[in-house]
Amino acid sequence: MDGLADEAARRLRSNPAAVAAVAVLCAIVVLSWLGPWFSPNNSQTLDWLHIAVRPGMQSSHWFGTDRLGRDLFTRTLAGTRVSIAIGLAASVISLLVGVSYGAIASYIGGRTDHLMMRLIEILSGLPLIFFVIFLTVIFGRSEYLLFFAIGAVGWLTMARIVRGQTLSVRQREFIEAAIASGAGTGRIIARHVVPNVIGPVIVYATLTVPQIILFESFLSFLGLGIQEPGASLGTLIAEGAGEMEAAPWILLVPGSFLAVLLLCLNIFGDGLRDALDVKDG
Amino acid sequence: MVPTLSVDRLRVSFSHRSGSIEAVDRVSLQIVPAECVGIVGESGSGKTQIFMAAMGLLAGKAQVSGSVRFEGNELLSVDRPTLNRVRGSKLTMIFQDPMTSLTPHLTVGTQLAEVTVTHLGMPWKDARTFAGRMLERVHVPEPKRRLNQYPHELSGGMRQRVMIAMSLLCEPSLVIADEPTTALDMTTQAQIIELLRAVRGEFGMALVLISHDLAVVAGLADRILVMYAGSVVENAIAEELFKHPRHPYTAELLKCMPSVTGPRLDRLPTLAGQPPRPGEILEACPFAPRCSRAADRCRVERPQLEGSSTSQAACHFPLTS
Amino acid sequence: MIRYFFTRLAGAIPTLLIIITATFFLMRAAPGGPFDQEQTLPPEIVANLQSAYGLDQPIWTQYGRYLKSLLHGDFGPSFKYKDFTVTELIGQGFPVTLQLGVIAMVLALSLGIPLGTFAALHHNSAADHATMSLAVVGIAIPSFVVLPFLGLLFGVYLHWLPVAGWEPGSIRHLALPVIALALPPLAYIARLTRGSMLEVLRSHFIRTAFAKGLPLHTVILRHALRPALMPVASYLVPAVASIMTGSLVVESIAGLPGIGRYLVQGALNRDYTLVLGMVIIYSTLLISMGLLVDLLYAWLDPRVRH
Repeated sequence: MDGLADEAARRLRSNPAAVAAVAVLCAIVVLSWLGPWFSPNNSQTLDWLHIAVRPGMQSSHWFGTDRLGRDLFTRTLAGTRVSIAIGLAASVISLLVGVSYGAIASYIGGRTDHLMMRLIEILSGLPLIFFVIFLTVIFGRSEYLLFFAIGAVGWLTMARIVRGQTLSVRQREFIEAAIASGAGTGRIIARHVVPNVIGPVIVYATLTVPQIILFESFLSFLGLGIQEPGASLGTLIAEGAGEMEAAPWILLVPGSFLAVLLLCLNIFGDGLRDALDVKDG
Repeated sequence: MVPTLSVDRLRVSFSHRSGSIEAVDRVSLQIVPAECVGIVGESGSGKTQIFMAAMGLLAGKAQVSGSVRFEGNELLSVDRPTLNRVRGSKLTMIFQDPMTSLTPHLTVGTQLAEVTVTHLGMPWKDARTFAGRMLERVHVPEPKRRLNQYPHELSGGMRQRVMIAMSLLCEPSLVIADEPTTALDMTTQAQIIELLRAVRGEFGMALVLISHDLAVVAGLADRILVMYAGSVVENAIAEELFKHPRHPYTAELLKCMPSVTGPRLDRLPTLAGQPPRPGEILEACPFAPRCSRAADRCRVERPQLEGSSTSQAACHFPLTS
Repeated sequence: MIRYFFTRLAGAIPTLLIIITATFFLMRAAPGGPFDQEQTLPPEIVANLQSAYGLDQPIWTQYGRYLKSLLHGDFGPSFKYKDFTVTELIGQGFPVTLQLGVIAMVLALSLGIPLGTFAALHHNSAADHATMSLAVVGIAIPSFVVLPFLGLLFGVYLHWLPVAGWEPGSIRHLALPVIALALPPLAYIARLTRGSMLEVLRSHFIRTAFAKGLPLHTVILRHALRPALMPVASYLVPAVASIMTGSLVVESIAGLPGIGRYLVQGALNRDYTLVLGMVIIYSTLLISMGLLVDLLYAWLDPRVRH
């Protein structure tokens, strides 16, 4: 299994786009968390003297300010932190849920497995946003709802993949050989099942992160997501969209951050997929 | 008389990460009009690649050198439109796997008609009627019904008949049949061979029959070429080859052929060893490692084809008698 | 073939019914009601309102009445937009959204498929790499980020196209929203087509087609395209879902009077009938699309019909 990891790492390193993407991602993360230390401003203060100021080095507002005089540099970085944090946290949740669901389904097998997979099929057909909107009507806006919905983004695919992989591994001859040779279930799982499943799981977990960030931004943009005073990139973009003609930078700054973040995550995920040689779907 | 097909020092190699693979190693051969030539060899011997090169069907990373002339005209490195005028009409090919060689979403009629529409400018309606008549000639029952069916609705044998029909539509000068019976069951195999024989009699074209099985080639070929590791090792008229094989490899192949009339065997004789992996270019006889008659000369000097017009072998110590 | 269609149709109707029923009961089961948002009203007035909207009837009666009115095309009154029925609101907004979505889908297909085919035919060339790089960008960046950028570039700086607003029948106002909406599915379709086409081109039947001396365009269009489009057909329903989702935002940014905003507003205002109506419309669209795709499969691959 170490051989596989080394081979994959080598392939990844020789992919210039993926390497560049990782570099940019690290830069963004570092900037988001350490950047605000360097700025004299904070993201909440309303600076009445500097309303809708253009980005530049002359004032202390390097990325400019918004309609309410809030510093865009710290605000955008704060939003980036929120987006990344939610992305990672929700990915972990959907990873755990998805893997458990898939593993249980394939382990139990038979009718239960069949039913569980049917459920996934039905749920996959619904665009999640409608589900969320629907739930919002019923339960009103709540942060728990938001989190639940966001976590629901990735687990369907993950469950399907885990189940598919465990099933195919189960059927392979070397499992029978291992059972015949008296290996315990735990050993079989650890030595045979896990190495085969882990590749696709890693890839899809990586690709889930941008999906989640996108979904969260989407919800926030529509006003169904993070509420004031917290802000994610989605909320910032929504604000910026309203000011497009007069003060475009209010939109451009968070918009660019989101675009670059998503792009790099996708490129990295694709590169990982090529490196681990995982097939689509 | 211009030979129908003239291959001169053809070399086909594929580049790989760790070097290049020589699939066809300086092969020269000629096929005269109306001749039936059998090409025999193990997989990897290069027998198919020669004709893939001729038809311009080699995979993208192939490097080709040498010359292949069809009725006097060079085929390699000619432009697409010129090649397309020849292939499918005067120079046609039948493939090994009728299951996957026909387009699944087009009717048999469409796939047949498009040949004459493209090459002879026939209107579609006439082309379909013409195709129906060709299906009759290859003994496909209920041809009109078949025209409207899809390939998956036909049996393997029938699909192969369709492919044969497809190859005859424009009265070709040369038909290349690449392992036409390998994917079929024994009964159907015999039927297809019979069909090829009949067709040859009717149409009088030259026929190349590629196979790994000498028995398939035996009944039909005027002349047989034996290939090993990318080169031709024996080139003889059929009778001579079976009665007096001159290359040790040919002799071994003949021994491996179970004969219905011969003595009953408890074990099928097999050839010891493995053919060289494609890629091992040798300036030696490629068969030397497996040859029971190999001498020092065989390991350092590559033999050329030598002999009479009826029988040639590439061997330093050809079999006599 | 006809029978195949009707079997599919028969399967789709119960699905729709289940969705409608589930939605209906879930809504009613939710805590609170549509009048909770307003300032607290005296109980008699609430009771009157409830009775006027039929909310005091037993739930099965309400369900029955709702289904009946659905069959007449009546989605009920909007709880929030008091002067309008949901049907009227839908009637106003749906044509706009439909135009937007259909044009976007057509654009995505008519550009995505040729691009993917082109990339496959020039496998590993600079053009191939360039196209696929653009595809990654298109897939990664969502419509609601692209649209404002496009608006800035083409609207504010270049003054070529209007940034927002709407005039019936005006193409110029639809241009940027349609492009922003079409971009992600277009990119994905291009990528799908390329991969699929590369595989199909390796098939034996394509080798036969070339051996027959058919010109390249015939081999591609007549022999390779249909099998290569199978994955694209599978993607059509998610594509529609993605366009539907994207339209919610795009309409809001571009100020287009479609039905997308009703969904969002309905959610925020807890306007039951409106949201219910929206869910039904969108579900019907998706299910119909699914039916169409099933038919498409049968056309692309005759083996499916038998």
